[in-house]
Amino acid sequence: MGKITEEDVIKLANLSKISLSNDQVKKFTIELESLLEYVDQLQAVDTEGLQPTNQVTGLVNVMREDIEVENISPSELLKNAPDVSENQIRVRRVIE
Amino acid sequence: MSVWEPISAIAESVKSGEVTARSLVEKSLQLIEQHKEFNAIIAVIKDNSLKRADEIDKKIASGELVGKLAGVPFIAKDNFLVFGAETTAASNILKGFNAPYQSTAINKLEEQGAICVAKANLDAFAHGSSTENSDFFTTLNPFDKLRVPGGSSGGSSAAVALDLTPFALGTDTGGSVRLPASFCGVVGYKPTYGLVSRSGVVAMGSSLDVIGPITKSVADAAYVLDCIAGVDKLDGTTIKRQENYSDLSSVEPKKIKVGIVKEYFEDGLDLGVKESIEDSIKKLKNAGVGLIEVSIPSIKLALPVYYVLCPAEVSSNLSRYDGQRYGFSDESAKSLDESYKGSRSIGFGDEAKRRIMLGTYVLSSGYYDAYYQKAQLVRTKLINEFDEVFKKCDFLIGPTAPVTAFKIGEVSADPLQMYLMDVMTVAANLVGLPAISIPAGLNDNLPVGLQLMAPQRQDKSLLEIAKFVEEALN
Repeated sequence: MGKITEEDVIKLANLSKISLSNDQVKKFTIELESLLEYVDQLQAVDTEGLQPTNQVTGLVNVMREDIEVENISPSELLKNAPDVSENQIRVRRVIE
Repeated sequence: MSVWEPISAIAESVKSGEVTARSLVEKSLQLIEQHKEFNAIIAVIKDNSLKRADEIDKKIASGELVGKLAGVPFIAKDNFLVFGAETTAASNILKGFNAPYQSTAINKLEEQGAICVAKANLDAFAHGSSTENSDFFTTLNPFDKLRVPGGSSGGSSAAVALDLTPFALGTDTGGSVRLPASFCGVVGYKPTYGLVSRSGVVAMGSSLDVIGPITKSVADAAYVLDCIAGVDKLDGTTIKRQENYSDLSSVEPKKIKVGIVKEYFEDGLDLGVKESIEDSIKKLKNAGVGLIEVSIPSIKLALPVYYVLCPAEVSSNLSRYDGQRYGFSDESAKSLDESYKGSRSIGFGDEAKRRIMLGTYVLSSGYYDAYYQKAQLVRTKLINEFDEVFKKCDFLIGPTAPVTAFKIGEVSADPLQMYLMDVMTVAANLVGLPAISIPAGLNDNLPVGLQLMAPQRQDKSLLEIAKFVEEALN
């Protein structure tokens, strides 16, 4: 597989909503490169005719009844929010 | 000698009024204080636990029913939501977070009368094999303070080894219950995938995560499992339980066949660990157990498969920590985007960032087939090979870890070296099997762990053979 570049790491950090310093970009590029090199051994494995595994115990579409249940109170949940206004979580302006 | 009796006996003596729940909780709290220097504990739940103890004592005095774990104190890894203390998952981003509800596992233990007295340290978000990735501090190994306790449930394992409580709960995504149990000389049990509800536990790799007890004996692990196993409406991945896990029948050694996994004894295994495990296997042979050598060629691919699938699931699960609804929020940010980035950059440690970015990479459209899809295909191959090998034997045996506890700082500079600690444990998670680590003596004064695995849903028979092995080794 292709090598991972510093530009790739900057892009990945952006997609992941993480800011990195220049030193961190250098460090993570080397580390991710080495990890990808390690997992690259999977490329050589013959998996012809196999189906991918998503779930190991064979459960399919576990449904619940579509009824209202009372479990956690909104006020309890809001206690952990950094900024609350009128019983809602307030975030910074989305559109400038 | 443990300062605690077997868990069933402790509960009996509370029920009979011989000892009070309060005295047991006070004893635990005192032991926690006494062993503070090991950094096993992130938070002590003092007020709530004493209050609960008094409630249980009152119930007993008035003749009310109190359950199988009456008054038994325990410690939960700090990725379980528990009332009475913050739930941080040892991460800065969850500092200050107070659980608005409790984990199903904790509720089930409380229904039986158990009392959570503290939250244990871990690698932040359970990412790691040593607790060195905790955003707060590193736990010290009870056998040697210069060494790690293993991870990620290192605090829970050290706590049980130090006898702070009779048992602790951990989580195991790639070996996080078994590896630290091995390093700390205690029993660590990983149930079949889905046997214990994960509702209210900080998610890491959702196709792999399980909850498991850490104890001083196999009987205690079985006793705790019996209290927490079963279908939960709040976790759609839970499976039906067997009727009972704690009433263990004795094993007829001649009737069982144990497969020695050849690949686990090849290169990479420390010679001292190899000797200890071979010695244990010899003891089992002398006890009349049928043993054969088996091969699972793809087991060597389990680790690379894991380090594609796990980061992929981590990148998805950790996207919820955005600094808006709970947890750390970067107040200096001017826009919403800056707020996300600031909160996550300051709140996540390096290992979380590494896994999020690696996961984002293997899931990205250009690389999805080559990495994520390929890993899922190799996972199927591995499952098929396990199915084949379980036609030849009932259980599998091998070491839990390639080494004994390493020194603090010895491995942490190289992420890949740290990942290699999971090389013998990850297969059970990928295949969904139950697995257990039990103490197999000391090598150079450090504990060695012996691992047993069984087919899915064979938890009870695995615990029965594990109990037999435990007795044969002592």
